[in-house]
Amino acid sequence: MIPQDFIQIILFIAILIGLTPILGTYMEKVFTGKKHVMLPVFGWLERLIYRFAGVDPVEESNWKSYTFSLLMFNLIGIVFLFLFQISQAYLPLNPAHLPNVSWHSAINTSVSFVTNTNWQGYSGETTLSYFVQMTGLTVQNFVSAATGIAVVLAVIRGLSRKSTTKIGNFWTDLTRSTLYVLLPLSVIFAIVLVGQGVVQNFKAYETVLTLQGTQQVIPMGPAASQIAIKQLGTNGGGFFNANSAHPFENPTPFSNFLQILAIFLIPASLTYLYGKMVGSARQGWAIFSVMLIMFLAGLSISLYAEYSGNPVFGHLPLMEGKEMRFGITNSVLFSTVTTDASCGAVNAMHDSLSPLSGMVAMINMMLGEIIFGGVGAGLYGMVIFIILTVFIAGLMVGRTPEYLGKKINAFEVQMAIIANLATSFAILVFTAWASVSSYGLAGLNNAGPHGFSEILYAYTSAAGNNGSAFAGLNANTLFYNLTLGFVILVGRFGVIIPVLAIAGSMAGKNITPASSGTFRTDNWLFIGLLIGVILIVGGLTYFPALSLGPIAEHLLMNNGVSF
Amino acid sequence: MRTFIIAFKVLLFFTILTGFVYPLLITGIARVIFPAKANGSLLFRDSRVVGSELIGQQFDSAIYFSSRPSAILYNPLPSGGSNYGLTNVRLKELVQIREHKFHSFNQLDSLVKIPSEMLFASASGLDPHISPRAALLQVDRIAKARNFNALSRLKLINCIRELTEGPQFLCLGEERVNVLLLNLETDKIQ
Repeated sequence: MIPQDFIQIILFIAILIGLTPILGTYMEKVFTGKKHVMLPVFGWLERLIYRFAGVDPVEESNWKSYTFSLLMFNLIGIVFLFLFQISQAYLPLNPAHLPNVSWHSAINTSVSFVTNTNWQGYSGETTLSYFVQMTGLTVQNFVSAATGIAVVLAVIRGLSRKSTTKIGNFWTDLTRSTLYVLLPLSVIFAIVLVGQGVVQNFKAYETVLTLQGTQQVIPMGPAASQIAIKQLGTNGGGFFNANSAHPFENPTPFSNFLQILAIFLIPASLTYLYGKMVGSARQGWAIFSVMLIMFLAGLSISLYAEYSGNPVFGHLPLMEGKEMRFGITNSVLFSTVTTDASCGAVNAMHDSLSPLSGMVAMINMMLGEIIFGGVGAGLYGMVIFIILTVFIAGLMVGRTPEYLGKKINAFEVQMAIIANLATSFAILVFTAWASVSSYGLAGLNNAGPHGFSEILYAYTSAAGNNGSAFAGLNANTLFYNLTLGFVILVGRFGVIIPVLAIAGSMAGKNITPASSGTFRTDNWLFIGLLIGVILIVGGLTYFPALSLGPIAEHLLMNNGVSF
Repeated sequence: MRTFIIAFKVLLFFTILTGFVYPLLITGIARVIFPAKANGSLLFRDSRVVGSELIGQQFDSAIYFSSRPSAILYNPLPSGGSNYGLTNVRLKELVQIREHKFHSFNQLDSLVKIPSEMLFASASGLDPHISPRAALLQVDRIAKARNFNALSRLKLINCIRELTEGPQFLCLGEERVNVLLLNLETDKIQ
């Protein structure tokens, strides 16, 4: 690495830390009903939605009906997206005359985009029409991210209110997140992206005669508008197959820098909003610190692995699956950020990363996507680990565990464990099934332990609602489309439902004022404990699986073995 | 049932807003302020499209600078990389073959180290760039194939220098040359 590599990383972190309180303060105004800059611009639109849909914006609901609204909204989203895909040949805006999508691929893609996963078993430029990309995918890019923010708002209300059953109104949370946070940021970002060279048009694919006289068909489309929200909403579903490695999707180092920043921007700012809304900015910064420390640890290991030589290729820079304009540092920074947050956009092919870098990507997802994490999802996932940490710390000192003045009882711990087990169960069981079945193994692109890693990565990515892939695995088959679709659902709603249950139960509790005996959750001791619990409870589950995949591959590679 | 109707109407509203209005708005603005970029940064020669500045092309003729290896041979439908892991024996073989080919094609001494981007395939398969060093190593072969005299050869080297883009804003990304632009300039040299 040269000094310039470090400068880029430091610049990224400095800007992230700088923007966190700015966007956090703005979001606090939006979600606590104060006056803010976007109100004169979109206020009328918000009122229009409520009138049109028959929503009473001041009516709040308990956790069960909040959850019901959320599930109903997502279910309808899945159905519509599915219908659009299987009938795209009859719908407008299909200049490339792409045929209808197969039913199992359509199910997978619908589930995947509605849950903010954006796993892609298909190639955008050869599968989906502009109509489906816009009205199906772009829309879900917005509302799935807004759904994540809604859940975290409900959790915050549950923690900061007392003796009530009400945790908010799903429709207003969804609407405000989209109108005041996601949409304005996306408009600005999309225009900047076009300025760097991202395409944005409705033209037919361009057929050109190259300098050497062969034909090349260059795909087009309304890409910038989708890519902006794909990054900001930690969605990650590329307009093109190569995702943010495609020169039309991520043309310059500057567009790349902004795309990486956009992934972390909202999840980081939400920690600030969290601190403000629970009444202590320090609580938010404590969570931010945990995330930042774990991000830096992963990044360091990943950079080390990519820059150290190996007996197979000597000291050649490992440029397989990487783009010249980004180089190694920006590729590794992107791969770490995109797997920390449940984004899943890629600017390098993760399948070709060195074994340990690939492992860091997997661990980031296995820990539950809580290192900044998905928009909203990262923070509510972190709350689960906080509850477990407070519980374990309480056991050690023999006190009733408390968080933010609220007693943690059996119910909350049960729910936290369910959320934790749901994802690990889904990852390990389905990886095992695919590894021993012929239809699972049929999709492999690599032999040896790396082949196992491809399968493990796929289910990990699905359960974490990440969506990136070891893309050599051909997952557009009946088996993978359906099993991955199922794992995605478990990974999303197997966490959201228990988390909302926790929110509901916490809202009903009283707040005990802090005293000298209160276990503090905003100091370095707690930060250390929380990291420990995340690694032990979240990470250790997967150690055996990782040993069979990336760890074995790393050791074999260092002995010069290929498969 | 009431929830169902609300959910349906809210989705409908957001489909119109974020699925139609938003992309159309961006398209409209883009067409006004960045028309060329929004339409794919296309390059023209004699009023004919010869490609996009951002999308790499396959070059194997001796008179052109070669692009990076591509898993899709620069056919953008669909884009993608090889997805070979580092312990994949196929990758090891390919790197050896490419190394040998680069040496013999450019008549280089087998001790000359080849920049690694010329040995490994890119992520998109459409990478438009190579490093300036990878371009310089190809100068002699191209000059010979085009029967360039010393002055033209110098012009060729000058082209590389002029088209080399440093890190953006002095700190972002890597130093690189756009191969298609370079070859278009090469064609202009007499």
